[in-house]
Amino acid sequence: MPKEVTDVICPFCGTLCDDLIVTVSDDNKTILGVKNACAIGAEKFNHQRQPGRVKRPRMRQADGSYKEITYDEAIDWTANMLVKSRKTLMYGWASTSCQAMSIGHEIAEKVGGIVDNCATVCHGSSLIAIEDVGVPSCTLGEIKNRADRVVFWGCNPAHAHPRHMSRYSIFPRGFFTVKGHKGRKIYCVDCRYTDTAKCADEFIQVQQGFDYELLNAFRTAARGEALPDTVGGVPKEKIYEIVEDLKTARFGIIFFGMGLTHTMGRNHNIDIAINLTRDMNDHTKFAIMAMRGHWNVTGSGQVLGWQYGFPYAVDLSRRDQARHQTGETTSVDLLNRSEVEACFYIATDPGAHFPVDAMISSSRKPTVTIDPHINCTTEISDIHIPVALVGVEVGGCAYRMDNVPIETRKVVDPPEGVLTDEELLTRINHRVDELMAKGGQ
Amino acid sequence: MAEKKITLNMITCRTIQQGVGMEAGKTSQKYFDACTIMHMHPEDMKRLGVWKNTNVKVTSSVGSVIVKAVETREDLVPGLAHIPMGPWANRIVPAYTFSTGEPCFKGFPVDVEIAANERILGAVEVLQDACGLIRK
Ligand code: SF4
Repeated sequence: MPKEVTDVICPFCGTLCDDLIVTVSDDNKTILGVKNACAIGAEKFNHQRQPGRVKRPRMRQADGSYKEITYDEAIDWTANMLVKSRKTLMYGWASTSCQAMSIGHEIAEKVGGIVDNCATVCHGSSLIAIEDVGVPSCTLGEIKNRADRVVFWGCNPAHAHPRHMSRYSIFPRGFFTVKGHKGRKIYCVDCRYTDTAKCADEFIQVQQGFDYELLNAFRTAARGEALPDTVGGVPKEKIYEIVEDLKTARFGIIFFGMGLTHTMGRNHNIDIAINLTRDMNDHTKFAIMAMRGHWNVTGSGQVLGWQYGFPYAVDLSRRDQARHQTGETTSVDLLNRSEVEACFYIATDPGAHFPVDAMISSSRKPTVTIDPHINCTTEISDIHIPVALVGVEVGGCAYRMDNVPIETRKVVDPPEGVLTDEELLTRINHRVDELMAKGGQ
Repeated sequence: MAEKKITLNMITCRTIQQGVGMEAGKTSQKYFDACTIMHMHPEDMKRLGVWKNTNVKVTSSVGSVIVKAVETREDLVPGLAHIPMGPWANRIVPAYTFSTGEPCFKGFPVDVEIAANERILGAVEVLQDACGLIRK
C-alpha cells in the first residue's frame, strides 16, 4: 500500500513550504505523487524517480567521455586535490543541510579553502548592505498576521517563489489581517510589468537601473522635501501619494530581490532601501526582507556567520584567521583573476549560473563537483560525485528566507549505495587527515 | 526599413518555466525550451525586422549566443530585452563585479541581429564550447 508522508518541507526555494504531502511506494523507494507544492517544487520531487540517474562517481577521460569509478577512488582523488592545492574555491552549499556544511568547513580549515555560497551572485549585495547598516526585519509569520502594506521591489515571487504570495504576503488571512487580500494594499516596483505586478493594487514602473534614485525620492518625500517632476520615470505626485499611504500602514513590509541586488548600484540600492524602512519607522512599524532564492543559502550564511563571523566568501587560506573582502574573496572575482588552484563545487551549478568567463577560468583547474544530478558544472569537472537529494532522500536542517531554521524530512530512500552529503564529506575529511598525517602538506 | 542590427539593454531573470526546467534536469527539453529564448518588445522586433520565434544572435562585450526571439509576455518597455538565467544568458553576461562579487546580470548593452539559420547549442554544449572542451 502506498503511504502518505505529511508536513514535508520543499527543498527548492527560500520559502521552504512545510505543508507538502508526498505519496511514497510501500518499499520506500519511489515517489508516486506530491500535493500542495508549486510547479517547481513538484518537479523537484518528481525528478527523483526519473530513469537515468547517475548512481556512482564519474571521472572525465582524456577524450572527454566519463568513466564510472568507485566512491573510494573519487574520495581519494578529491582529498589529494584538496591537500595539494594551496587555495581551493569551495563554492555552493545552498542545496545541502547545515550539518553537511559544518563538515565542509572543517575540511576547508584544514586545507586552507575559501568557502563561498550562492549569495555571492544573488543576495551578496544585500549582505554587504546589512553588514553596513543593519536590518529591521521580521518573520514571514509576522507578515502573514500583521502586514497591511506590502511592497515588492525588484522581485517577482510569482515566478521565483510561487507560493510566497498565497502563504505569507498577499492572500492569507492572519490574526490581525482577517480580511486577507482585501485588507492589504500591495505595491510592486519593477522595470517590467511582471506576473507579480499583475497581482498588485499598484504597479510602479521604474526605468531599468534607476532604483537607487527612486528609493532616494521616497526618502525625500517621506521628509516632505521637494522632488523633481519625475524620478526614474515615476511622476512626483505618485511618489508623494504612495509614501503618504505607506505612512498610514499598521505594519508595512518591503520585499526585495535581484532587481536591486543585480542592478547598477548593487549594495547601495539595498542600503537605501533599508534606510527608507528605517525612516518609515518614524511613522509606523515597517520591516524589510530579502527574497532569498536558493533553498538553504540562508543556512549557509548562518553557519558561516556563527563559525567565522562572515556570511559568505570566507577565506580560510591563512589558517589562523578568517578573512572576507567582497571583490577579493568572492567566487567570481577569484575565478576572473584565476587566483585559486582547484575548485570544489557542492550542491549548486555555477556552470549554469556564473558568467562564462569565470567558468572558462574554472574549467582549467582540477575540479570536483558533488551534486545528485548531471548539470552543466559536472560536465566540465574532472570528477562528478552523485549524492542523495537533501530534503527528499535525507533530512537535515535548513533556514527559511526569514532566518527561521526548519528540520527537513526524508521521504524516500536514496538509490542503493549512493552516499549522503554528510557521509561523503566525512569520508573526504578522514582521507584528508590521513594524507596530511603522512606529510602531504 | 528594418535595421540589420539593434542595440538593447539586457536583463537576465528567473522565470517559473526556467525553475521547472532546471528541476527536470539541465539536459532536459523543458530547460532548453525555457532558457533559450529572448523576450523582446514588439516595437523592437519590428525595428529589427524579425518574426516571432526566429533565431537571433545576441552579442555583448564578452561574446555571442544564439537564442530564439519571442514576443514578451511580461511587458517590457521598448529597448529592454530579457533572457531567462542559465548557461545561454551567462554566455554574454559580463563577469566584472565592481568589487562587489556580483557580475552584471542586469542592465548591459547587447547587439541583436537575425541569425535564422544558426543552431542553438545545448545546455552542456554551450558551456563546453566556451571552455574549449568540445573536440571538433
Ligand atoms: S514556493 Fe518554493 S518552497 Fe514552496 S513549493 Fe514552491 S518551490 Fe517549494
